[in-house]
Amino acid sequence: MAAAKHTTEEALASVSAAVSPLAGGTLSATPAPTTGETAIAVSELHKHYRVYKRPPGLYAAMRSLFHREYEDKQAVRGLSFRIACGERVGFLGPNGAGKTTTLKMLAGLLHPTGGRVEVVGHTPQRREVGFLKQITLVMGQKQQLLWDLPPADTFELNRAVYDIPTAQYRQMLDELTELLDLAQIMKTPTRQLSLGERMKCELVAALLHRPRVLFLDEPTIGLDVSMQVVLRQFIRSYNERYAATVLLTSHYMEDVLALCPRVLVIDQGQLRYDGELKALVHLLRPEKRVTVRLSGPVLDVELARLGTVVSSGPNQVVLQIAHSELRAAVAHLLERLPVTDLTVEDPPLQEVMRDLFARPAPPPEPPAEAL
Amino acid sequence: MSAPPPGAPRRFEKLALSLKAYPTLLRIGLAEAVAYRTEMLVWMLTLTMPLVSMVLWSSAAQGARLGPERLGSAELTAYFLITLLLRLLTGSWVLWQVSEDIRSGTLGQRLLRPVSPLVVYTAEQLAPLPLRAALVLPLSLGLLATQARAQLTSDPWLITGFVLALPGAWAINFLTMVLLGMMAFYIDSAAGLFYAWMGLYTLFSGYLMPLSLFPLWLQKVSDVLPFRYMLDTPVKMLLGWPIAGGARDTALGRGQALTSLGIEYAYVAVLALLVVLLWRRGLRRFAAFGA
Repeated sequence: MAAAKHTTEEALASVSAAVSPLAGGTLSATPAPTTGETAIAVSELHKHYRVYKRPPGLYAAMRSLFHREYEDKQAVRGLSFRIACGERVGFLGPNGAGKTTTLKMLAGLLHPTGGRVEVVGHTPQRREVGFLKQITLVMGQKQQLLWDLPPADTFELNRAVYDIPTAQYRQMLDELTELLDLAQIMKTPTRQLSLGERMKCELVAALLHRPRVLFLDEPTIGLDVSMQVVLRQFIRSYNERYAATVLLTSHYMEDVLALCPRVLVIDQGQLRYDGELKALVHLLRPEKRVTVRLSGPVLDVELARLGTVVSSGPNQVVLQIAHSELRAAVAHLLERLPVTDLTVEDPPLQEVMRDLFARPAPPPEPPAEAL
Repeated sequence: MSAPPPGAPRRFEKLALSLKAYPTLLRIGLAEAVAYRTEMLVWMLTLTMPLVSMVLWSSAAQGARLGPERLGSAELTAYFLITLLLRLLTGSWVLWQVSEDIRSGTLGQRLLRPVSPLVVYTAEQLAPLPLRAALVLPLSLGLLATQARAQLTSDPWLITGFVLALPGAWAINFLTMVLLGMMAFYIDSAAGLFYAWMGLYTLFSGYLMPLSLFPLWLQKVSDVLPFRYMLDTPVKMLLGWPIAGGARDTALGRGQALTSLGIEYAYVAVLALLVVLLWRRGLRRFAAFGA
């Protein structure tokens, strides 16, 4: 389909256009946000690692005793974006794109190699009490729960270290326990809880101090579908109730679809897209996916005239049809063909992402000066 | 949203928060120690080396007097019983926790909390002490009362000195273990360093035998190392023996005990400073490499 190819090229050009106005943005020189609106401000953020390289084998092992070779890895390259208070933003990218590295820099665990970061008016790497009390970082693959003690003990520990007033602690704990249905497991040692129960408790431990910014790194990883739904609803309700800012990474596109009206897409450490999720889908895949159930045979040639045939079976066919031609195509299908059922959807987000990451990334830039 | 203004109050904010949280940290630490009760019992059994030394040296000293202090069987029994007590009450193995936290990245989770991980480590190490004391004290004090009561000093100043020396001994143990664990910021494994340290500790702390039984040149070496303040010196305070060697009829003077306490706490101060400096430097490295 020549027309489809043409629109994809246009879409890619539009994506670059969507990113470029933000990528070059700079922050104000004053340390605190002045508008009262910005929760996270990142400007020209860089992170480079020095990675030790050693080929396999005994000779290489012996040689490494005397001579070590290192390689500079550019995990994050010139990232710039702003997130307003109360926003829910998805942070997407393939493995190794720099998502977790960026989250760790925003949480103050990693020192940037270059650029500026401000979160709720603080420079994260200073890890001031006022900053730590306002943020939380939940990592699906790392836990803060005390393994051999019941979750209630970890919660009590957090009450003490975050200096949460007793009344607020009680109220928050009751609220979270009820929302996540945890009353039955509060006194069970963590090691005896299921993965889903542990993850729910991790969220409670992370939210007791009522943080204003939530960094969530794969919070639903390994959970079954129903538990994923529970956690998504919970994160959404926390965001709405406390106007908390959420920055979420996840490989489950359902998480992103359910939670994040806006997405930041990074690849090889660089921002590839910053904008509405819907707009991204429309930019990259300006087609709808139409699934048609048929009560009789139809010639492929006839279907191909309406759009791209994605799959075809005896009673069902899936077509991809350009937005501009959708109305006419659906009318044609319903009037001329033996259609028993018809659904129109956006293409799966996974496919959209795959398209985006299949494009070559911009060339690396020289390292920025260290802070 | 605006950050709190910079200034003195913020400087002490973490300290005030740590002090306020400390009782809870201790309580949770004790709960963890109780959760690991079997492990604790097994661990305590591994520390009974002084009892083995006691049996061996008491046999060797049957009908004889050893060293310049002319130590006999009763004196050696008293020495090793107090050594056992001290080892159980002032020992620290925080090295493994620190090293593992750094290597696995779990330190990141600790760093997200507004109380320094170093403060939390102290609480985690101090919290099990009441449990250990409950298990150790009845047996040790019973044995001391029945087997070695006559050997203990009756000077209240020296007894006070012994009590004051205990926190110092614990602090030297803890801080050196943190220092060794922190080497994980720089090298792949701190285990080798630990074994090297344990070798020196065993030799120079008086764990294997009273330092006064060493040749004179080895005693001089031990004088300039911190190990003796972790074991040999406090033990000798409670026994009223001269700390720096010499004949046993030269009783330990209060001045010498005070000097020893001063040196012990000077070591604590130097080690604490080293830990804080290297911790900050290590954290920068941790943050640079991947948290």
